[in-house]
Amino acid sequence: MINIRDRGAELWENWNRPKRTTFVILLLAVIVLLPFAGDYSFSSFLNTPISSYQAVLVYPVGIFVLMSLGLNIVVGKSGLLDLGYVAFFAIGAYTAAILGTKTHLNIWEIMPIGMGLAMLSGVLLGLPTLRLRGDYLAIVTLGFGEIVRIVAVNNRATGGPNGIANVPNPPSIFGVRFALDNMQGFFWIILVMILLVIWMVRRLSIRRPGRAWEAIRQDEDVAMLMGVATLKYKIWSFSIGAAIGGAAGVIFASKSMYVAPDMFTFNISVLILSCVVFGGMGNIWGVVLGGTILAYLPERIRFISNARQLVFGLALVIIMNVRPDGLLPRKKREKLHKTVQPLAVEGEQNV
Amino acid sequence: MNFSVVVSQFWPLLINGLALGFIYVLISLGYTMVYGVLRLINFANSEIFMVGTFATVIVSRNFFGFNQNTDPLHGFKLVYTLGACLLASMLVSGVTAVLVEIVAYRRLRAKGTNRLASLISAIGVSIILQEGVRILTHSVPMSNPRLLRKAYIFNIGSVGLRVDTLLVIFFAAILFFLVDRFVSKTLLGKAIRAVSMSEETSKLMGVNLNRVISATFLIGGMMTGAAAFLYETVYENTKYNVGFSIGLAAFTAAVLGGIGNLRGAFLGGLSLGLLEEFAAAILGTQWKSVTVFLVLVLVLLFKPNGLFGEAVQQTRV
Repeated sequence: MINIRDRGAELWENWNRPKRTTFVILLLAVIVLLPFAGDYSFSSFLNTPISSYQAVLVYPVGIFVLMSLGLNIVVGKSGLLDLGYVAFFAIGAYTAAILGTKTHLNIWEIMPIGMGLAMLSGVLLGLPTLRLRGDYLAIVTLGFGEIVRIVAVNNRATGGPNGIANVPNPPSIFGVRFALDNMQGFFWIILVMILLVIWMVRRLSIRRPGRAWEAIRQDEDVAMLMGVATLKYKIWSFSIGAAIGGAAGVIFASKSMYVAPDMFTFNISVLILSCVVFGGMGNIWGVVLGGTILAYLPERIRFISNARQLVFGLALVIIMNVRPDGLLPRKKREKLHKTVQPLAVEGEQNV
Repeated sequence: MNFSVVVSQFWPLLINGLALGFIYVLISLGYTMVYGVLRLINFANSEIFMVGTFATVIVSRNFFGFNQNTDPLHGFKLVYTLGACLLASMLVSGVTAVLVEIVAYRRLRAKGTNRLASLISAIGVSIILQEGVRILTHSVPMSNPRLLRKAYIFNIGSVGLRVDTLLVIFFAAILFFLVDRFVSKTLLGKAIRAVSMSEETSKLMGVNLNRVISATFLIGGMMTGAAAFLYETVYENTKYNVGFSIGLAAFTAAVLGGIGNLRGAFLGGLSLGLLEEFAAAILGTQWKSVTVFLVLVLVLLFKPNGLFGEAVQQTRV
């Protein structure tokens, strides 16, 4: 099996700066123009048969990629199994729906509030439960996801099972309009958010929090003995992931203009987790790829409507059996050896 | 909040809670035994339960030709029919569980990959089973014909005991006792316990790992199948997604009792059944699962290994 990830990384490392810049600009241009791909015959194979192609690019594809990146911090970077990630998505969406319909705040003003509330709930959930290990954490987060949904069903403020309708669209920025008939606006704003998250995760990964997460993921006891404040960094990872989920929820609510408890089932948590593991845990590009494929595939194969979930399940089993580390697995040790070895030789000579 | 109901309805709530709890006990065996051996959540167990309920319904409807208008059976015929349904359900669920192990876990285990990969592949199998049944049944719920006359047979004070509730408690208790004996006394049971203590060492001692793991899935699946049969006798209805909430509750029960621990699953299942029944009566049905999860979080806060995680270490599967 060829290692796509290492091949890609090798290619990238051997390129010089102008080459890299051109590649990034070209790639970005292609992605930015994606919403129009359905209109031209040479790219019309991308079109989704039943749902509107541009809407599919926003939800599920864009939102799933964004949420996968958020969950990747929790599951991929710090190794905490979260089965209730949909809770933060729901908290963001309901914040946008309630504040958007009851107050005069617009969506951009609600965004930080939604993220803050999701983050707060992440901290509140994390403080007692992050002391637990592995599967106990999984079941508690799973329960939390269900609790948020059940509270939304049985509460008058959240509109009960009917949900909340007439969530406002965001006001336009730089002349880009956000409306039901203008989905590319949402796609672009989600793209910006995805890029921001990628940038943030990359910066965090090489600094203290990222190294602490890596240590916790590899061996929590050893990390603690080495002086890593494990609980603190676990809560950080949890709440940053939660904030990203909340942001995705705010955008989702204003995009679909309507929220209902049915949108936030356990299935979403499972799907997002599948995106992370399927693409390659801990590797940003793998997660982006996994999110794109798993969100897009069921929509693309809607023509076999009845069996599409079946095919989806089949694809999960087959891919996990063939590539257990995901499509683009995280970097292995090789690179580390390459950089460390010359130093070691030098040290020997000095002695 | 309605506390008076606890006083007025105490005995019926207790009996119903026990019956529900015993169903949870059997399903949570499917989770806890697999967890003990593989250290993995068997995500497909809820679908194994679902397959079992369909096996029960199909045997009584299509094989015996009973329908909603059939009169309840008596005597030998009743025992024979119920026995056939129970066996069919256990067999189908057990075989499904073994197949799940072969499809979802075996190859990944041989490669020695991370645990989440197996989790996702189990989720994949669970989606396949659920969607397969959904397509086959056209998403239509199926009801189980009432073969057992649900009469009150005797009274405790002012409360009548129904025959199906008694059947559940009786059967589940026997099955649990058998599994417990099996795991602690037989050679295969000892092998299961050895593997759950240390996979490496037991392999060195000559335990055939694949066989033991298959056997664990088979026993767990059969118990889940028995639970599916009992569930059908009491609730008489099934649908392609029936496994989800029940599986979730049973898994919670396993965690509550300390996952990987047989007697823990027993006590966890019973406490969860009682808790659900009383919480539904006091707070209203819609808050049932919220209460359960809050209790679970509280228990894990103070006893992170579950209620009986450490105390009954010796009976660990």
